[in-house]
Amino acid sequence: MKRVYVNEKWCLGCHLCEYNCAFANSGKDDMVKALKGVSIHPRIQVEEHDGICFAVSCRHCEEPLCVKGCITGALSVDNGMVSIDHDKCVGCFTCILSCPYGAVMPDETGHAVQKCELCLKNACGEPACVAGCPNRAIVFEER
Amino acid sequence: MKYIIIGNSAAAVGAVEAIRRKDREGSVTIVSKEPYHTYSRPLISYLLCGKTDEERMKYRPDDFYEKNNVTFLAGKSAVRLEPGKKQIELDDGSVLHYDKLLVSTGSVPFIPPAAGLERVEKKYTFLSLDDAHALRDALFQTAHVLIIGAGLIGLKCAEGIADKVGKITVVDMAPRILPSILDEEGSSIMQAHLEKAGIQFLLSDSVQSFSEKTAALKSGKSIPFDILVMAVGVRPNISLFKEAGGAVERGIVTDAYCRTSLPDVYAAGDCAQSHDITTDTDRVLALLPNAYMQGETAGLHMTGVEKPHDHAIPMNAIGFFGLHIITAGSYDGDGIVIANGPDCYKKFFVKHNRLIGFILIGDIARAGIYTSLVRNKTPLDTIDFALICQKPQLAAFSRAYREDKLGGKTI
Repeated sequence: MKRVYVNEKWCLGCHLCEYNCAFANSGKDDMVKALKGVSIHPRIQVEEHDGICFAVSCRHCEEPLCVKGCITGALSVDNGMVSIDHDKCVGCFTCILSCPYGAVMPDETGHAVQKCELCLKNACGEPACVAGCPNRAIVFEER
Repeated sequence: MKYIIIGNSAAAVGAVEAIRRKDREGSVTIVSKEPYHTYSRPLISYLLCGKTDEERMKYRPDDFYEKNNVTFLAGKSAVRLEPGKKQIELDDGSVLHYDKLLVSTGSVPFIPPAAGLERVEKKYTFLSLDDAHALRDALFQTAHVLIIGAGLIGLKCAEGIADKVGKITVVDMAPRILPSILDEEGSSIMQAHLEKAGIQFLLSDSVQSFSEKTAALKSGKSIPFDILVMAVGVRPNISLFKEAGGAVERGIVTDAYCRTSLPDVYAAGDCAQSHDITTDTDRVLALLPNAYMQGETAGLHMTGVEKPHDHAIPMNAIGFFGLHIITAGSYDGDGIVIANGPDCYKKFFVKHNRLIGFILIGDIARAGIYTSLVRNKTPLDTIDFALICQKPQLAAFSRAYREDKLGGKTI
């Protein structure tokens, strides 16, 4: 299945992926209205240290520890994509304890978690982070 | 192939999902003492405080049994296991034959003997949905609730009912709260937080005797109460298996494939022991993720797939009144304290170049990166440990590791 893959050496550390993610999942159709003056809660995060930078988002693992450990059944695998049912999630954070990549995080309410769902549940239909990456440091492809 | 699963919670579901990945034809039967669709027991405290409801507590969708072609015997108990004949007998007298059997009978509340306990009319345990219903029906706004046990169950219960009662007092024999998952410092941080939320603690104390609405403590104190919750602990529910002659210690003895001493009988979940890789000992790890993964291992092995359950570690994610705790592994040695404040605590336990355990209170972001170090026994000299101590990050790993995990060499 297609996943978001990282080409670390191409990452500029521009954080555009974070903004595009936050916008895509905001439900708004104007980026300025969606992001201006608010603290964003993207599902992809750029790490920067000592001259290296790269973006991290859900790997959609074949053996997802977050899904296996989920105490509510809110996390499930849907056609290869690790999906979260916000209504079922109670925010116990067992998935945050389980994910080896740190790719599941509390949502802006703090009462449930959020994660990358490949923009399949928002209006984009495919990852907005990848579409907006100026240097192909993240790509969406089958490998 | 005839698969029978006794129990209907995480381990059972893990087994069903594993079996059906490999075998669509064999017959799978679940024998469930409780008459309910599979539900998440840890959610009963969230149910009481209104953060979930019985529909959303379902651990799998409504069509789970149908979709997986499972015969669901709800409200039936297994009363006898006859390993020689490969059959089990149910409480309605029926006998079921199996080729492969999974015992995933969970745990039962442990109620220590206490003088006069029989005189207490309003007493409850807090483990199952029925327990939650019974307790909910007893609550009233001015009630004084006495909880015996300052562990995970007792304190989740306290949180769940806090805004529905007048006063909550928690008594525990131990000198500190949550001793199974925290060290002394962590316990005192959480105790202060819970006290701010109005919970009162009487520690290093225990009940000497009960009358109908009063507990007389060893210290001489007398505590009046309306409702009593016994949350001292749980014990693996192993009687069926033990009576059949199976090997048990604290829980059912299992190997890496969740096989027991009885042929073609597997055990998983809170009734079974796992091999804790952080202490190199076999022990009961009564945790939902571990139950699911043991059930999965057993289910796969039943179908002929050998995938050992060899990464088991104690681990907990739990929150109280908005303050979250994530812990994993074991706490041997002095530990390294990285942060220590009123609502923030971070401590690591290192042994032989490995992270064997950690405690996080407050800032729990990306904690799973730490868990992976424990679970994978990552040699700490292969990562930038000083950097990762500050905050969990993949930048602390080698470029090759990132290329592998993020760059898609393997997933």
